[in-house]
This record gives sequence, C-alpha cells and structure tokens, in this order.
Amino acid sequence: MNIAVTNPVVALVGNPNAGKTSLFNALTGSRQKVGNYPGVTVERKAGRLPLPDGRTAELIDLPGTYSLAARSPDEAVTRDAVLGTLPGEKRLDAIIAVIDATNLRNHLRFVLELRRLGLPMIVALNMIDLAERDGTMIDVSQLSTILGLPVVATVAVRRRGLGDLGDALAALLRGEAPAGAASPQADVALLQREARAIAGAVTLAQGAGRRWSARLDGVALHPVWGPLLLAGLLFFMFQAVFAWAEAPMAWLAGLVTAAQGSLAATMADTALRSMLIDGVLGGVGAVVVFLPQILILFFFILVLEQSGYMVRAAFLMDRLMARVGLNGRAFIPLISSFACAIPGIMATRTIDSPRDRLTTILIAPLMTCSARLPVYAVVIGAFIPPTPVAGILNLPGLVLFGLYIAGVVGALVAAWALRHTVTRGPSPTFLMEMPKYQWPAPRDIGIGMYQRGLAFVQRAGGIILVSTIVLWALATWPKPPANWDRPVAGSDNQKTALEYSFAGRIGAGLEPIFRPIGFNKEIALALVPGMAAREVAVSALGTVYSLQGVDEDHSDGLIAQLRRSWSLPTALAFLAWFVFAPQCISTLAVTRRETGGWKWPAFMFAYLFAAAYVAAGVTYWTARALL
Amino acid sequence: MPTLLENLSRGKAATIAAIDRDGIDPDTAQRLHELGFDEGVDVELLHRAPFGGDPVAVRVGNMVIALRLSMARLIEVERSA
Repeated sequence: MNIAVTNPVVALVGNPNAGKTSLFNALTGSRQKVGNYPGVTVERKAGRLPLPDGRTAELIDLPGTYSLAARSPDEAVTRDAVLGTLPGEKRLDAIIAVIDATNLRNHLRFVLELRRLGLPMIVALNMIDLAERDGTMIDVSQLSTILGLPVVATVAVRRRGLGDLGDALAALLRGEAPAGAASPQADVALLQREARAIAGAVTLAQGAGRRWSARLDGVALHPVWGPLLLAGLLFFMFQAVFAWAEAPMAWLAGLVTAAQGSLAATMADTALRSMLIDGVLGGVGAVVVFLPQILILFFFILVLEQSGYMVRAAFLMDRLMARVGLNGRAFIPLISSFACAIPGIMATRTIDSPRDRLTTILIAPLMTCSARLPVYAVVIGAFIPPTPVAGILNLPGLVLFGLYIAGVVGALVAAWALRHTVTRGPSPTFLMEMPKYQWPAPRDIGIGMYQRGLAFVQRAGGIILVSTIVLWALATWPKPPANWDRPVAGSDNQKTALEYSFAGRIGAGLEPIFRPIGFNKEIALALVPGMAAREVAVSALGTVYSLQGVDEDHSDGLIAQLRRSWSLPTALAFLAWFVFAPQCISTLAVTRRETGGWKWPAFMFAYLFAAAYVAAGVTYWTARALL
Repeated sequence: MPTLLENLSRGKAATIAAIDRDGIDPDTAQRLHELGFDEGVDVELLHRAPFGGDPVAVRVGNMVIALRLSMARLIEVERSA
C-alpha cells in the first residue's frame, strides 16, 4: 500500500507575521519533517495532517512572502511551489491562505493575488482573538461571500478553529467548494485598492489596534532607552549563553571522557581503538560540548524573533551597519556568531539582498566565537600577569576584551573593504515590516529549538567527525621507527611521535611560512590539527610538547611549558593570529552550503589567512621593537 | 500643504498624496505597495532611529514599516487638518 501517492498535498501560504508557522505547528504537532529543497538552502517543512474524514493530507509550510513577485530564494520557493514549477515538490491540491485578522487590508491583497491562480483555496483568518480584543469586528461570512472562498476564523496559538479548518479542508479536497477560475495576475496597486475596499466592507467595527505595541515601541525604539535596552538584552543573552551552559558542558565533557576511558580499558591497544578514542569520540565531543551554548543561543534568538523584537534591533542598528555598507538585518547573525559562526551564518538567510548576505557570511568568522576562548585562556594565563588596572579591572581581562574588540573592528573594516571590492554594488534599501509584539508560544519555541539544534548537529557534526578522523590519521601515521624513545617533557633534542607523522611533516613544511611572524615549529605543527576546530589547537600544543593529558581543563603543565618555550612577542602574535585565523573546517563547510559552491569558502579562507598573517606579523615585530 | 514623509513631525497624521516611482527601481516600488503604501492611505511618523534619525518607523494603515530617509523622501504627504 502506497499512501504517499494518494495523500493530497496542501500548502500554507501567507505574509510574514501572519502566524503561519504557529498554525503549521498547531495542525501537525510533532508529525513534522524538515528537509531541504534541492539546489537551494531553503528549508522544506512538511507534516502529516489527519483530516476529519479519515484521510491524511501532507501539509507544507511555505516561506512567508508578501506577493508572488519573489526577491529572495525563500520567496522564489513559495512562488514556484504554488505555480507548480518547483523541482522536488508535487503539485499542490489546495492552498490555505493564512491572513492576520488585525491587518486585513494588507493581507487580503495577497489572497486576491493567490485567488487568481485558480487553485482550491481556504482562507484562515488567524489571530481573530487579537482583532476582537482591539474591538475590531469582522463579518466572516460576508468576507467568504465577497471572496468566493471558504473563510475560517482561527487562533493558532490557542488551537481555536482548527477543527473547522480541518472540516473545510476535507470538503474542499472532496471538491465541494467553489473553485475560482485562473486569471492573469493584476497590477499590485489595483489589487491593493480592491483589498482595501473588501476590508472596509467586512469590518463592522474598527478597533484602535496596536496600543500595546505602540507603547512598547515608545521604549524599544526610543533614541536613548532603545539602544540601552538592546545593550542590556544582549548582555543578558551572553551571560546566559556562557553561565547557563557551564554545567551541562562540563557533564557532556565528562561523559565523553568517561566513554574514552571505558574504551581504553576494554579494547586492545590497536589503531581502531586509537581512532575511536581520539578520532571519533574526540571529534564528536568537540561538537557536542558546544551544544548547550548553541541551544541557549537559539532559545534567545527564537524568543527575540517571535516576540517581534528582532526587527526593532535591526531598526536601531541600521544606521551604524549602513556606514560599512551593511543592512540592519545583518546585526543579529553577527551577534549570534559570538557564540559560534555556524548558527550565525545559517541566520543570514533572513537578509534578502544577496550581496549583503554574502558580506555578512564572509565577516561572521571574525566575531570571537566561544571556541577561541580555550586558546585565549591558555595563552593569556601563561603570558599576561594578573596586574590590577584602575583598581577594579585586571590586565588579563583587558587583553581578552581587546581581542574581542579587535575581532569586531576587523569585521567592520572587512565589511567596508568587501563592499567596495568583491561584493560591490547597490543593495536594496532597508524596507521592513515591524510586526506587533507577541508572546512567543512555548510550543513554537520548543519545535524551533529542536529543529535548529538538529540542523546544527547534522551540519557541523558530520564534517567535524570526518575531518577529525582524517586529521587523526594524518597525526598517527607514519609511526616513529621501532628504536624511537618517547621524549621527556621539556627536552628539545628528541623528536616527538607527531613529528614523524604526515601532520608533523606538513607542519615542518609550513614552518618557513610562519617563521617571519614569530611562530616556531611547534606552533606550525599545532595549527594543522587545529584546523578541525580552534580549541583543538590547545590539545595539539600539548601533543607537540609531548605532555600527557593536556586539554582545556588540565592546562597547567602546558602553561609552564609555553612560558619556557615562547617569547612574549610570539605569544602576542599567536593571540593576534587567532583573532582572524580561518581555523574551522565546519565554518568553511557551512559557508559552502549556504553559498552553493567552493568559491566563497576558498575566498574566505584566503582573506582570513592573509589578515591573520598580517596581524600576527605586525604584532610580533611591534612587540619585538618595544619590549 | 503637501510635504515629504521625511519632514513629518512625530505623531502627526497625514495622507499619502504621491509616490515618486521614477526615483526607485520597479522592484522597490512594488514592495512599497506590498507593504501598504499607496496614494490615499493614512500615514503617521512614529519613530526616528538613534544615531542620526535614519531610518524612520512609519504607520501605514495599520502596519508599521521601517524605511530609510532616502525612501521617505520619495513619498509626498498631505497633512491631515
């Protein structure tokens, strides 16, 4: 029995902020599948919707759009899906047009545009409770008569009207509703005027509307309080990302270590054991440990998005972003990149201008991600004395702050330079709806966190796993000769096992490149395995200096070793290197995915490498001259 | 007396008198309509952004739209009595 062939396909279509995704979540609950449309980075969200007559419909949540005149890849997917020309999508059997009852005259215009396609169609008059609360009365049956389409009043977040919607959909799919005839699309202004006339005719009482939102905006968009509120929210978000994640990160790290320990105890000392412990578990651990931070970050981003605050933040920041040729919408992806560039790059999908989006992707890795912290912590711990500064501050804290600032300044300079060279050209103006504020629905937040978390693990996890296994192999073979003795820590005249391996030979080959910027052979060596993820550079340094058990939590031995082997200019150059260094295969892989090819990740790698090299060199030679 | 949307004082209601569609590309003109801008629609300037008053937030019908001053300069409005 093949159900898939006979199941009707129904799509939810509507303006952004119509409550489409809430309705989708309420109708399908956990029966959802998130995939990707072939060739584009737009997500395909589908779910099973049981109908009252016993059939099951496949419900698709299409990206929100204002019209069928598509501008972004998201909007093009919606246009092609309703026109039946989207590769990988079946022809739609029916459309549910979701409209916001508090904004009839604008959302009806899109309904009129969709109606001209001639597809079987229902209108879900959503957020009817908010309209009623404002004192707006809508004659639903009159609206249905004028449109010639079934209209069902719904409140997605309170699950109101879902039964009626199911009944109406079942009747529609049985062919029991009037089907409009296809007619050519009309001019937007004409449809807009027709929509205004219809909205006027069916609105029995017009409420004041938006009083709540207007009052909140009085603070959120205030020239003084607005930026302060934004700064406070961001500060709280970062506190939460780092403070709340601390305990679960420690548990996860402990879990990985325990798994490594039990494998070491139960398996024979073979290459397979080494691969499982150092390659697989080491690689998976590197991703999984960051999952709590990522999930907390996603939680805040979803709450900010669904409450309607995110576009207010973009409004506040647009002026500053415009100075370097960016758009206010780039602000949130860049802020997310402070935790990790991967969710940041994924979040650039909301930027509709391709040039702005590409520029934002290219500078996202310059935001100091949390994987750099272990590296900074070890080097600062080794070389920066805890001297108090101005009473309440101390020197290590100031250096760390300076590294963050250096990243931000670097990103702004890079954005400016890119917008004048490779991404040169006009960008569409900043033009954006600011929806009314809403309480985020816990169900929508939960489903969103699950889906984004899963996407992160799949995208980052796979590539990290593969690359750590490859790097493990490079660092393991060839083995040292049989007469080789394990060197003693601190001695410089014996070759370590790593030096015999391919990774070691690559590092030795790279050393002449890095010598002018003050990096010794050990650093060049550690940078090779550090390609997988930045924090791996710490344990790689431990391996190079042949110390056992060096990781982020047991770095005391490494700190002492670094003090013996590195000069201060070298240490500072190493820090400067890490502000810019393109050392994260996952970021490059996600960039390839989001830009659809290897051209831009290759460019990203090249320009970040050049910037890191120059920054480290300038730091090294300046420090040598001054110290 | 007609004036430009960018010159409207905060909280003063007005009606859109004309949109200079020659000053913008057709895509942006279309988007203006999609977001509710049209001759005869009531508008109100709600907020000016910090750091220089650009962009502005404007109520158009019952939607709030953020747009840059360069765009607001293309929209002529008639102040309500």
